[in-house]
Amino acid sequence: MNDKFISLISGVIFGIGLVISGMTNPEKVIGFLSITHNWDASLIFVMGGAVVTAGPFFFLLRKKETSSLGNQINLPKKQKLDRKIVIGASLFGVGWGLVGLCPGPAISALATLDPIAFVFLISMAAGVLAKKNIVK
Amino acid sequence: MHNFTPISALIGGFIIGLSVVLYFYSTGRLAGISGIFENAITSSSQKASNVLFLIGLVVAPLIIYYLILPNKPIAFEITNSYLLIIPGGFLVGFGTRLSGGCTSGHGICGIGRLSVNSMVATATFVATGMITVFILQQLEIYL
Repeated sequence: MNDKFISLISGVIFGIGLVISGMTNPEKVIGFLSITHNWDASLIFVMGGAVVTAGPFFFLLRKKETSSLGNQINLPKKQKLDRKIVIGASLFGVGWGLVGLCPGPAISALATLDPIAFVFLISMAAGVLAKKNIVK
Repeated sequence: MHNFTPISALIGGFIIGLSVVLYFYSTGRLAGISGIFENAITSSSQKASNVLFLIGLVVAPLIIYYLILPNKPIAFEITNSYLLIIPGGFLVGFGTRLSGGCTSGHGICGIGRLSVNSMVATATFVATGMITVFILQQLEIYL
């Protein structure tokens, strides 16, 4: 049981959760974002189910300094809410609304071998690299 | 709300939560997909692990659709408009990294850790996502 194996298994389990919840289907996500027309609240239940499951563990494990594999635990430091967080989230939301894909489902979508999924992922990678080079 | 599927949504959310717990408990890292994606495509010490996590995300639908539900077509109804796909992908990549998280990093891990910043970020991206969809519907790009 090493880090690489756990990472792969975690990715598979995460992806199975995405597929079962319907969140790999952009149409379902657009349905959630479509607040004025045929609103589909399912996404709230996905996020709620995940938060309620993981939240108590984060609380119980909050004082741990090393993981079970012996890695140092480096949680994001408490930082002041700044413009980057809000502007970044705003831009992300626009992209999310344009297509209905966020990073997890965008990667799972490669399983379809649909060229459009690869174009989305390359565009997403370009965005990640642009941010890394433009903003410190 | 004719498409509302609260039961499968809750079960799927619970499974995603289990993955987040397993990953955090074992590796000490948060399962924020945009961060894992960034680390996978840029040089980092955990490159192989990050790439393997992403491979897991791709394998999962194959397991479900080929082994468990072989008669169900893969349901990924993505727009075929490159005018939406290219800026959409770019904004998702740029925005999530500027903000420090996406639906998983802020929406699940961050809110699960009661981070106020993540709650603000999540409310923000849901709001701008809804505004975007509303505008596209007015333009009759989305129904």
